[in-house]
Amino acid sequence: MKIAIPVNEDKTTICPSFGRTPMFLIYDIETQNQVFLDNSAVASQGGAGIKAAQSIVDNKVDAVLTPRCGENAANVLIAGNIKVYKTTFNTTKENIDAFNENKLQILDDVHPGFHNHGGM
Amino acid sequence: MKIAVLSGKGGTGKTLVSVNLAAAASKSTYVDCDVEEPNGHLFFKPEKLKEKPVKVSIPSLDENLCSGCRKCVDFCKFNALAFINNKPMLFEEVCHSCGGCILFCPQKALSEKSKKVGKVEFGKAKDVNVITGIMNLGEASGIPIISEMFKSLKDKDELIILDCPPGSGCMAMESIKYADYCVLVAEPTLFGTHNLNMVYELVKIFNKPFGVVLNKCVEGENLSEEFCKGHSMPILESIPFDYELGGINSNGRIATFESNKYSVLFSKLLKKILKEVHI
Amino acid sequence: MKHLLILSGKGGTGKTTISSAFIKLSNAMAFADCDVEAPNLHLIMNNMGKEEVSDYYGLPKAEINSDICVSCGKCKDYCKFYAVKTENNRFNIAPFSCEGCGVCEVICPVSAITMKPKVSGELKLYKDSAVFSTATLKMGSGTSGKLVTEVKRQMSENAPKTDLAVIDGSPGIGCPVIASISGVDMVLIVAEPSVSGISDMERIIKTSNQFGVSTAVCINKYDTNLQNTKKIEQFCIDNNIICLGKVPFDKNAGKAINNGLSVVDIECNAGKEIKKLFLKVLAFLYRDNGGLIK
Repeated sequence: MKIAIPVNEDKTTICPSFGRTPMFLIYDIETQNQVFLDNSAVASQGGAGIKAAQSIVDNKVDAVLTPRCGENAANVLIAGNIKVYKTTFNTTKENIDAFNENKLQILDDVHPGFHNHGGM
Repeated sequence: MKIAVLSGKGGTGKTLVSVNLAAAASKSTYVDCDVEEPNGHLFFKPEKLKEKPVKVSIPSLDENLCSGCRKCVDFCKFNALAFINNKPMLFEEVCHSCGGCILFCPQKALSEKSKKVGKVEFGKAKDVNVITGIMNLGEASGIPIISEMFKSLKDKDELIILDCPPGSGCMAMESIKYADYCVLVAEPTLFGTHNLNMVYELVKIFNKPFGVVLNKCVEGENLSEEFCKGHSMPILESIPFDYELGGINSNGRIATFESNKYSVLFSKLLKKILKEVHI
Repeated sequence: MKHLLILSGKGGTGKTTISSAFIKLSNAMAFADCDVEAPNLHLIMNNMGKEEVSDYYGLPKAEINSDICVSCGKCKDYCKFYAVKTENNRFNIAPFSCEGCGVCEVICPVSAITMKPKVSGELKLYKDSAVFSTATLKMGSGTSGKLVTEVKRQMSENAPKTDLAVIDGSPGIGCPVIASISGVDMVLIVAEPSVSGISDMERIIKTSNQFGVSTAVCINKYDTNLQNTKKIEQFCIDNNIICLGKVPFDKNAGKAINNGLSVVDIECNAGKEIKKLFLKVLAFLYRDNGGLIK
């Protein structure tokens, strides 16, 4: 099972914006393998959430752990059968541990899309 | 004859000047290009004659024809299309209506459909034709609404006053594109002068003849006046800061109709502008 | 770090006057000017140390290579933004009209058109003890929303550990305003008691509500029209919006601003009321944390 987490440049702390995170940590639960995927949506004028979510779908991820998620990105992820969980800690390790222990909730407070005006 | 009234900074008196210039003329058309926050109609309270919706085209997918080639998704520069379960998924508000995806779909699976982004209201108040552009909340750009208003002006030869949006961005530019003359309204504050500079640059780039109206002038230092003098910019009029004018304006009333002093001032200003344009 | 955004709907109501006062009162360590089309905050926050300037690239724009171009006119036929201009049978792209969609690049039968990155603004960062992020959009450019996002990102990335970030917003309800609303904890709308001001205030409140952000109102220059001030207060009551305070019109405020000072740097009535307003804003902003942090 693969999970994706938006992370800051330090590759450890969670980025508050899904669409404009500098990169995603793609973590394989079984092999514990870590891959960092640069977020191509960072430079987008608009629709960053959509583009970021698309790259998650294209990378065959099963679940996303994120503090926030916009409506557009959420629609892409849901359509792609990807579950979105709300992070509760500040580092990737803490959130992965919580996820493994079934302690994370599904993210249900999706905020309206910011259209083509950027997130963050 | 199109006269555009603009200012770099908001709240300097564009609407005050445009509404009163239109009122001072014997016959005119007032066009409110500040489609995000239109205000002129609040002063004119025009009798509404007709309304025209403003639409843009967005793509519509025929799933039966779609082969899942992803060409549309990969082409879109605005990320308005995602690719899920082998089909494109459209995000309407992000779409810029360029028509590219429709054009390049090898299966012709995408076609045009309309989306309303705002409207134009045509009305009349005494001898003034009042055209108000209103952008729907949440839309990215008011430009389609401004373009629609200009389309309706094509054959008119009379005096047209264009009340422009603040700033010097793409909406202000769209508004002055077809102007014959620009009136820059400036207030004497530090912020006012700083922003006057920006809109001064804009009229220079577009090579528009222009003049300045200094508004809310008080005794003492007038930074905007100094700026104009320093750059040899023609000053058409200086309107003093006046509680009476502020009162009339803040209550949504037209000074030209309510005060002899201002009827004279705006008629004089209009004459001066017309003289400048005919040179 | 809580983000407080100051908006207005109508221009000239006093956003920058009030944000600069708040910044001084709170000794804010992080603040930004998101009015990228007409930034003014730097005229008051003018002693911020050395500036770091970087180019801002908006969407790439089309460029026609006249050596390859065969003047077939296909680009002009397909451009939805009327950005292809002809002069003496030479075709070129009007940079102000081009939206960067890329249709012409693909449609050109001889590949004479390429999308080139264009500098459409400038970002400035001041990073002394406090962080001040601002930017200027070049004349007639679009993509102001993305630049606003960059200004906020620049502030957040460089901000020290602090409780409050103050963001001075822009007038209107469009692109740059919506981009500035994203991710903030509270929007304070500065209203003015005029017919235009009320109309514009209603539209910005609707916009802010559409995005589900905590919104409050304050009335500036309230004594210029007491009747309209009452109207605004009633509107707030009728629509369940909290009105946090009102500030009188004060000629001394203008004098301070003209000298590059905030209204709380001098003794004046407006300054006194803004101080009171500021405390109420903090209480509202931190209400979930049980009130004031400091």
